[in-house]
Amino acid sequence: MDRIPVLTLGDVLLVSIQVDLEDQLALRLQEDLADRIVSTGAHGVIIDITGLDIVDSFVGRMLATIAAVSKVLDAETFVVGMRPAVAITLVELGLPLRGIRTALNVELGLAALRAARAAEYAEPEESDDDESVAT
Amino acid sequence: MINAEPTGETRRQGIGGDDDVVRVRQLVRAAAVATKLSLVDQTKLVTAASELARNTLIHGGGGYAEVIPVTNGRRNGILIVFVDDGPGIVDLDLAFTDGYTTAGGLGLGLSGARRLMDEFRVETTPGEGTTVSAVKWER
Repeated sequence: MDRIPVLTLGDVLLVSIQVDLEDQLALRLQEDLADRIVSTGAHGVIIDITGLDIVDSFVGRMLATIAAVSKVLDAETFVVGMRPAVAITLVELGLPLRGIRTALNVELGLAALRAARAAEYAEPEESDDDESVAT
Repeated sequence: MINAEPTGETRRQGIGGDDDVVRVRQLVRAAAVATKLSLVDQTKLVTAASELARNTLIHGGGGYAEVIPVTNGRRNGILIVFVDDGPGIVDLDLAFTDGYTTAGGLGLGLSGARRLMDEFRVETTPGEGTTVSAVKWER
């Protein structure tokens, strides 16, 4: 099995999961993302799960781990594109998606990342627009 | 006992590795589509099957799954059966507790799968193995 491509979009890493996730592939993605955050200095990770028709506890745990590891490496993670049926199932399954932030699609995820980043640096002075977040 | 009469062919998939969990999901999804379960019910069924297949692999040391279209006389559904000859479950109540895990996971596999299904039955004998049977009925 190969790997899931990680795209660089300014200082954001974008991953779009389009295949039925095998456990080994999920674990490899976890490691690839950590490496790429460090090598690119990315401040945000967006994981698009539009292509996933289920998220079980294994994949849920993978997403939570990616979010936690990214956080430690100073990058915020947004999971975007969750299907409604997947959301309903996840809640019923009882999966605690701790530390995972979500947005409805990639565009909203990027906007939320930018806002989160701006808020973080807005403390000393209210300067939100000159924030050097590439798009 | 689950009241469910087969209405179609039983499909069997061995579970011996990670890739077999994916195959079980595909088999169950195809059966759910053929039985015309709603999208939400398909998703719940396939998710439960994924949890149970992983249990068979990790706790049971492998085994097999069977997917059977069934009816109870009023409604159609899908019966999924997971069989292993692993160590069995000594304390079933404990195994059904959210958050209880012996494998370092989230401890949601068995309890979570039960919530997603309409019927759920576990037969287990310590030292001999475990069989989990579960049905999702059409609405």
